[in-house]
This record gives sequence, structure tokens and C-alpha cells, in this order.
Amino acid sequence: MSAIATTSRATRRRPLRIWPTGLGAGGQVSLGVLVLVALMATVGPFLVAADPNAVDLSYAYEPPGRWFPLGTDASGRDLLARLVYGSRTALLGPLFVVLIATLLGTVLGLTAVWFGGWVDSLAVRFIDAVFAFPGILLAILAAALFGAGLTAAVLALSVAYLPYVARVVRSAALQERNLPYVAALRVQGLPGFAISARHILPNVAGLVVANATLCFGWALIDLAALSFIGFGVQPPTADWGAIVGGGLSGVLQGAPNEALFASALIVATVAAVNTLGDRLLTRSEATR
Amino acid sequence: MTHVSSAVPAVGAPPSKRSWGPALSIVVRRLLGMAGTMLLASFVVFGGLHLAPGSPISFLTQGRSVTPEAIAQLESQYHLDEPFLVQYFGWLGGVLTGDFGTSIIFNDSVAALLGQRVVNTVTLLGVTAVLVLTLGLAVGLLAGLRPGRLARTLLAGATGLMAVPGFVASVVLMLIFVVRLGWFPSYGTGDGGWDRLHHFLLPAVALALASIAYVARLTQSAIRAELRSEHVQTAISRGLPYRFVIRRHVIRNAAVPVLTVAGLTVAGLIAGSVVIEQIFQLGGLGQFLVDSVQKKDFPVVQAICLIYVGAFILLNTVIDLAYTLLDPRISLGKKG
Repeated sequence: MSAIATTSRATRRRPLRIWPTGLGAGGQVSLGVLVLVALMATVGPFLVAADPNAVDLSYAYEPPGRWFPLGTDASGRDLLARLVYGSRTALLGPLFVVLIATLLGTVLGLTAVWFGGWVDSLAVRFIDAVFAFPGILLAILAAALFGAGLTAAVLALSVAYLPYVARVVRSAALQERNLPYVAALRVQGLPGFAISARHILPNVAGLVVANATLCFGWALIDLAALSFIGFGVQPPTADWGAIVGGGLSGVLQGAPNEALFASALIVATVAAVNTLGDRLLTRSEATR
Repeated sequence: MTHVSSAVPAVGAPPSKRSWGPALSIVVRRLLGMAGTMLLASFVVFGGLHLAPGSPISFLTQGRSVTPEAIAQLESQYHLDEPFLVQYFGWLGGVLTGDFGTSIIFNDSVAALLGQRVVNTVTLLGVTAVLVLTLGLAVGLLAGLRPGRLARTLLAGATGLMAVPGFVASVVLMLIFVVRLGWFPSYGTGDGGWDRLHHFLLPAVALALASIAYVARLTQSAIRAELRSEHVQTAISRGLPYRFVIRRHVIRNAAVPVLTVAGLTVAGLIAGSVVIEQIFQLGGLGQFLVDSVQKKDFPVVQAICLIYVGAFILLNTVIDLAYTLLDPRISLGKKG
């Protein structure tokens, strides 16, 4: 009996590795960038002495120097401190979007595939309908209804991203479901939940992780754009998108540092996430 | 995916005969699906009013001092004294006849307020679409047909550009072309004609940049894939003129899927235009939406969300239909 189970790909265990391989040079560099950014968000605030919200108008638009390593913004706040503290909201927001969307989307995709029939067509209808709402628009609607803030934006984007995840999981799981090992497990009398969760899910996990990585990049851009126009993170809380928004007037007044530094961090993080996601996608397709 | 009928191409193959019965049924089915999706979207946009904290009327007025006439007006507009479904269909009936209700701030018909602004949004999206389709396809074709250092540089640049959000592109473009060079105005819509284009070009570039990069990469990989395909290799080895093979087999086969995804990419820019309009103060629907959310003018927010979602669904359906009907390799009658 168990001989059949061990032939399924799910139960073959790979040795645990800390640092992923098979990503190529670009993937390794991207991973390095992301580790640095993650360190900035976790331990960075403990290393920066300055208060990110301390206003001193006599030090407005200071250039980088001894007292302010990256200069100050229009209100004389220390830019380095704001960028470091701002990385927390800028990264935690998309992280929650990806976790919620991936969790719900995966459950929806696997459920649709396992039950098939009307459950599946209902799920597909739902996916199509949610696709009609661009993420930013849904988040703006949420801001109008529940008030602007990071929570409303994160929840709205989670809903908007759910169909992407569900569609990918559904089409991958659909292929798995027709493979002989699933039939073998059914013959053994394993319930549908156990087959879906313990056998189909591990086989599509690589794809799920790759897509979650790519979603993180889109969510970071969308949330930063929302904070930029004032519907995400609310002032005075520091956030990369909000810092670019606050620096817009500085750009026209010849003090572009505030907007440029935060922009550079956003672009570097998204570029690293996109590259890593592409590599993970290629790798998951190669192993399938 | 799709199936190419024969590996050896018949030069100037006769157009395949197809009956229009299945095509018509596909059109009808897609249009019905679109209507269903739009109905659901309108339901979400409407139902939001009841999800908001507080009673609908207190949410709509937001503690502003409002005359009893205005409250009566809101109640009749939203049919608030009737059951929920009657409210919804009453509101929907108004929307379908072009009646989006009355703005709480401006005390004017929402349709009239939107009418003044929609031109600016359409201009921005139009210029952006032209940029994405011409530059994206041109760069992609160049990189696909002339592999080498230039192609690799262009593609690496495109990969980097895809990580640049529209608002970051706006900041950088403003810094270079407005502040340093002074070539473009920083905001506003201009006085018609060339001045108008002059005002809209920079925002359109900012909005288009990431999509140009995406379409260029897509075009390049489609061209490379076609060049590697057996029927193209056969055509080249038969000694057909290279330009002829490129025109007749490579570009023709790559065109429909590439144009489809490029079209969908442009449709996806509708939401991004909100942010760009706000930065460059273009006075379109997007800027009005942001203003109205800040001023809590919910009838306007509702109308603009509905128009954006409707336009997005409509464009998607049209592009999807065109793809299904134009590509002879997709067998009609089967789904997708």
C-alpha cells in the first residue's frame, strides 16, 4: 500500500538548504538586495538614532552632511531615519497582501479543482468578476468607504490579487489532478482534503511561491502609489511611497533628494523581486 | 496551445473558409458574459454604500450641514426608503440612462461634471496607447530581428524599466525635462492643438514607460520564437527571400498574440492613469476621483469607479473577441 504513496513526487524529500540554488547570478544578486532591504526594515530602526518624525523647520532641505547623512525633507526631518522607518510599512504592506491573497487564492484554486463541476464554474465566474476591478481602483473605493489608511488598502489589494493566484493554482492543480498518482491515492481511500493539501499542493508549491514573489513586487508598487496620492499610509508615518509624494514639491523647488532616494529604494526592491520571481518561475517550470 | 496547420508553408495560402455560425455564437456568449460581469461590478460599487460604517444617509452627508431638501434629494436618488434590491435596480436604471445622480459638493448633475473632464482622461490614455504600441512594438521588433549587443542592451534596459512605477517615472521625468531642461510645463492641460499635446506628452511617457518595456520584451520573445519555428526555418532553407519570410511568416504569426497582450496592457493602464493625472494636474476623471474621495463626494466616486471598471471590462472583452475571431489557428466553437 505505502509503496504507491512513496512513488508520488510529494513524499520525496529534498535536503533542507538555507540559501536557494539554481537561480543564476541575477537571482543571487536580487536575493542579496532583498536580504539587505529586509535587514533595513528589521534591525535598521535600532541603528538609526534620529527620530523620523522630529520636525525642525530651521533645517528644511539640508543637503547630506555630517548631522544628516542623507539630508532633510521640507519639514527638516532626517531623511535617513524616514527611509529606514519607511521601509517597514513599505515592505509589511505588500507582505500582508501576498500572504492573504496567496492563502485564499490557493484554497479557492484547490477547492475548485478538487470538486470540479458547478463549484469550479462558480469559482471561475468569481475569478473573472474580481479581475474586472483593477487593484488601485478597488483600494480607492475602499478608501472612500472606510477612510484612507494602510489597512483598507491592504485588504482591498488582497481581494484584487486573489484571482491571479487562484487562476495560476487552478490551472496547475488541474494538470496534477489528472495524473495517475492522484487516482492511486483515491483508490487507497484518502479523502480529497488530504490529497489536495498533502500531495497536490506540494507539487504546485514552487509555482505558488514564484507567483507570490511576483505579486509582492506589484503590491509594493500599488501600495506605494496609493500612499503617494494619500490613500495608503497616512502622514506623519514614514513610508517610501508617501516620502516620494511629500518630495514632489521639492522636485520643482530644486531639492529632489527626498523623492529620488525613496524612488531608488522602491525601484531597487521591485527590480530585485521581479528578477527573483522570474527565476523562481523558470525553476518551478523546469522541475515540473 | 494553438496548432499550426502545416510545417511547410503554402505561399499565398488561400483564406480558409469558415462559417460565421460559431463566430456569432461566440460573440453573443462573450457579450452576455460581459454584461454579467458588469452587473456584478455595478452591484459591488453600489453595495459598498451599505458596507460603509453608519447609515447610508449619514455616510453620504458626512456630518455636513445639509438642507432637508438635499436630504430628500439624496433619499430619492438612492431610493433609500425602499428595499435594498429595489434601491439597486432604481439606481442602475438611472445609470443606464446616463443619470449618475447629483454631486453633494457641487450640487450639480454628476454626468455634467464628468462630461467636462472625460476628454482629458481620454487624451492621456490615447497618447499613452500610441506610445506603448509604436515604441513597444518597434523596440521589440528591432531587438528580435537584430540580435546582438544593441538588442541585449535594450532588453536589459526594458527589464529594469519594468520595475519603475508610473509615479517614480513622473518624478524623474519632471526633474529632467521640467526643472533642468525646461522643455515641458509641469502641470495643466494646455490651450488645444499642439499646446495640449505638449502638456500631455510627459505624463503619457511616465504612464507608458513600464508598459513600453513590457510590450518590447514580449514582442522580442514572440519574434525569436517564430524565427526558431520549423516552418520559418523551412522557408529560409527553401531560399525564399529573407524579408519575405519575415513579413509573411514571422511578423504575421507573431502579430495577433502580441497585439492582444499589448492591447490588454493598455487597458490595464486605466487605473494607473489616476495617479499620473493627480501628479500633473490634468483635470481628468482620475484627478476628480482623488478629489472626490478626499471631499467625501460619494455619488461622484461611485460614478467614476463604475465608468473605469466598465471601460476596463469593455476593452478586455473587445480585445479578447478580436483575438478569437482574427486568429485562424484558434478553432471556433471550442472555448478559448
